Amino acid sequence: MAEMVAFELVSPEELLISEDVAMVVVPGEEGDFGVLPRHAPLISSVRPGVISVYQTRQAVTERIFVAGGFAEVTPERCTVLAELAIPVDKIDRADAEQRLKDAREDLADAKDELARSLAAREIAIREAMIKASEA
Amino acid sequence: MAGLKELRNRIGSVKNTQKITSAMKMVAAAKLRRAQEQAEASRPYAERMERMLGSLAAANKSQAGGPKLLSGTGSDQVQLVVVATADRGLCGAFNSSIVREARRFIESKLADGKEVKILCVGRKGRDQLRRIYGNRIVATLEDVSKPRPSFEKANEIGLRLLEMLEAGEFDVATLFYARFKSAISQIVTRQQLIPFAVEEVEAEAAQASSSLVYDFEPEQEDILRQLLPRNLSVQIYRALLENAASEHGARMSAMDNATRNAGDMIKRLTQVYNRTRQAAITKELIEIISAKEAM
Repeated sequence: MAEMVAFELVSPEELLISEDVAMVVVPGEEGDFGVLPRHAPLISSVRPGVISVYQTRQAVTERIFVAGGFAEVTPERCTVLAELAIPVDKIDRADAEQRLKDAREDLADAKDELARSLAAREIAIREAMIKASEA
Repeated sequence: MAGLKELRNRIGSVKNTQKITSAMKMVAAAKLRRAQEQAEASRPYAERMERMLGSLAAANKSQAGGPKLLSGTGSDQVQLVVVATADRGLCGAFNSSIVREARRFIESKLADGKEVKILCVGRKGRDQLRRIYGNRIVATLEDVSKPRPSFEKANEIGLRLLEMLEAGEFDVATLFYARFKSAISQIVTRQQLIPFAVEEVEAEAAQASSSLVYDFEPEQEDILRQLLPRNLSVQIYRALLENAASEHGARMSAMDNATRNAGDMIKRLTQVYNRTRQAAITKELIEIISAKEAM
């Protein structure tokens, strides 16, 4: 068996995934990056998007949507601190669309900088979520 | 001597109280277990966050003028005291002991001529602090742990603190909460939130990551700028969880005591009741007998 990456996905509420995998693809702030064993040490922020977990080199075994966070990569492991994580097939499309709509309204009503940036973030998250559920 | 009927009523009401306290104890025990599990589940995130922050801060140490969250505003004139307590009472000295610690801290800061602002998280703490420092309380947040602490709520508090920091409303933020040790022991803890104290984290993380030179994507400062607010929320979240567990623990032992006290009281009252009853019977008998003899 080839070397594996110890992949961990943690949200503030719980440890979601902790397993050895062949490869993970993480949506980094500046583009997706794949993590294979012996990857160079890296700390990156994560944008809203889908993490693909490859149990073997060929097949995607799991696709998880994350709403941003941070990733820490060392030669042996890959840790993703996610703010919100749900498997792609469990995304509630209707709910996401509703929230997107709400967020757009919030953005329109936003009075200060903070409310505006929060609403903009929410929109980015929900848009990515809907896109993920389509793919 | 109280009448028989009054005694009977008294015993009845104490019994009712006992039922309530023992039910509250059970509920608190169940909630405590859940709170503990939740605290357990949140640990991995906080640990990894610390590790990451440690390696970032270690790499960032050389540069001066880091973000406010890490290096502070350069002053400590305005102190913000965040007091996290429960929303409800009947949990022993839980709320009072947190408030007492906070008060001691506030007094010492006031004595140093600092300005103190108070942010209350939880109704009970506000009720107690309002009497003395009414005009210093800037805001109160209620029902943050209802039904249970959520990261979202912690995040809101974190954002609020950030907003205040940006607006220059305070220089140093200190959080008071009770760390859960066991159901009978909760330790009131003081934690400096802003600027974040990395020292102890740094030490262990530094040796772990000294061999690794990380690449940063995007720039190190950008990540740090994103990571620090997040860390603030995580610290608050953790404190809320600890506090929730402590509250339920404190309530459980307080209610356990109350149940036991009620039991003792019932025993004593029942004894008095029986004695009184017997005395009354004896008295009646004596009256009947002496009446008969007189005839």
